Amino acid sequence: MLLVWPVAVPMGAAVLTLLAARSVRAQRVLSLAGALALLAAGTVLLVTVLREGPQAAQMGGWAAPYGITMVADLFSAALVFATGLMAVLTIFHGLVRPGDTGEHFGHHPLTQSLLLGICGAFLTGDLFNLYVWFEVMLIASFGLLVVGGRREQFDAAVKYAGLNLVATLTFLTGVGLLYGAAGTLNMADLHLTLAGRSGETAVLGAAMLLLFAFGAKAALFPVFFWLPASYHTLSITTSALFAALMTKVGVYALIRVFTLVYDAGEPPIASLLLWGGVLSMVVGVLGAAAQMEIRRILAFHSVSQIGYMVLGLALHTGLGLAGAIYYLFHHIVVKSNLFLIAGAVRDRTGSEDLRTIGGLWKRSPGLSILFLVSALSLAGLPPFTGFWAKLLVLRASLDAERYVAAFAVLAVGLLTLFSMTKIWNEAFWKPHPGDARRRFSSRLALIPVALLAAITLAAGVVAEPFIDAATEAAAQIVDPARYLQAVGVTRELSP
Amino acid sequence: MIAVSVGVLVAAGSYLMMSGRLLPYLFGLVLLSNAGNLAIFGSGRLTYARPPLVPEGAQALELANALPQALILTAIVIGFGLMSYTLALSLRSWQETGTTRMDEMRLAEPEERG
Repeated sequence: MLLVWPVAVPMGAAVLTLLAARSVRAQRVLSLAGALALLAAGTVLLVTVLREGPQAAQMGGWAAPYGITMVADLFSAALVFATGLMAVLTIFHGLVRPGDTGEHFGHHPLTQSLLLGICGAFLTGDLFNLYVWFEVMLIASFGLLVVGGRREQFDAAVKYAGLNLVATLTFLTGVGLLYGAAGTLNMADLHLTLAGRSGETAVLGAAMLLLFAFGAKAALFPVFFWLPASYHTLSITTSALFAALMTKVGVYALIRVFTLVYDAGEPPIASLLLWGGVLSMVVGVLGAAAQMEIRRILAFHSVSQIGYMVLGLALHTGLGLAGAIYYLFHHIVVKSNLFLIAGAVRDRTGSEDLRTIGGLWKRSPGLSILFLVSALSLAGLPPFTGFWAKLLVLRASLDAERYVAAFAVLAVGLLTLFSMTKIWNEAFWKPHPGDARRRFSSRLALIPVALLAAITLAAGVVAEPFIDAATEAAAQIVDPARYLQAVGVTRELSP
Repeated sequence: MIAVSVGVLVAAGSYLMMSGRLLPYLFGLVLLSNAGNLAIFGSGRLTYARPPLVPEGAQALELANALPQALILTAIVIGFGLMSYTLALSLRSWQETGTTRMDEMRLAEPEERG
């Protein structure tokens, strides 16, 4: 039952909020309660996995590999926990910050469905169900994209939908090919069935299709264009939730499939991942440098940060994976916080365009400090989490003697600092050009912001337990024996 | 035969998607999704007139694989839902932006204003 709750809770909340469609107030209460219950379910799951190792459940009692398996190792469980936490914070933020979410048009049911899809994707044990959960997530995100009904939202949604549908089809075809080659779709079973077969054409072809599909979901170079085209048209709350979780599902799928099903160290996969990661880092940060709107800068930075995580995976060492995992959680906290801050900036100045705003340091020193914490953490300065995340990836790439990648890690960090400085100079430091249009500023809406900033500071100062946890999660991924045992697929490696 | 039709569908779909206009793009997506479904069908080792279930005690050397059908059924339902959503979205977007040419849809990505 433990594994079912994180999926059942958002599903129930989605149904209930849909039933309460007439009353926005009831929807708000139900939505927040659902998020809190999800956080509780995630906490219970995480504690159990920490204590007892990977957990698995077979739906309907059909043993793997024939039935539908749900499985959680430390990585999945921690991600479900993070999903719950971000759900609580962003939904709370959406409640206290009135305005742009479009609550009358199904914002709450869609958000809960999005959480449902995300948790399902983190917990599923087979590839076809991963596809189904991706679809649940995708459909909900399509809805959330257009829920405000502004013109630029439709434009963004067409691009988002068009590009993501291609990735989805590629994913499906890859799954089909893999099924044809291996006769199973259970990931643990695939691990055994495909061992030593990665040179076969069908298996390799499926790997390329899956790499393309997950790369597109994660916004990896060269298939990232949908992300900067769409994120800044969302409502603030939703874009923070998207930035925290949507691309991470793609990264999660990459890590899961290219460690468990495929070996990321195999020649074509490894170099594609490596260069995809490095080029994402560079292209993303350069794209960000050219932008003048806060959320567009942040969206391009997401592409760059995803590159770091994929680089960690591509290095194919325990340290690299630990770096990728630590980076992933760091990014969930920091990037969503920066999106929330972008909303606060817009509330206080009426715009996100850096050319037309300014003077926030004088008027809201508190907000400025919160921005500084998150921005410096994103750029990778100590004592914040970003420093440790970048350090882990850097050390892993030096250990693997990938000096170009190591150089990119440092250079991109510097460029990130540069564009954060740009936001700081333009929005906070320089005097406000023209009349200051102050719309409203809710102090309550800053509570999630302050909390997330506190997390990145605290987890940066007391980094050791978190790095240990990431290392342990990476160890469970590198040696999936316990994962296989939990799923119950034990077979001799040689047929 | 299956392989050829998958190839033709993929080629036609990709060609349509290159056109830079919304409606051909959608038709291209439809063709591609059918190609994907057929590929799964083919990957299940097609057989003709074989039962998917074997009576107790009977010896069956050839039997149909029921799983690809289940997978495709799911995929078709999902694909159909997504496609109807995308069609509705395209209609709305055409009404809102007044164009179906991708190059002219630059509301969300404004060109450099200098």
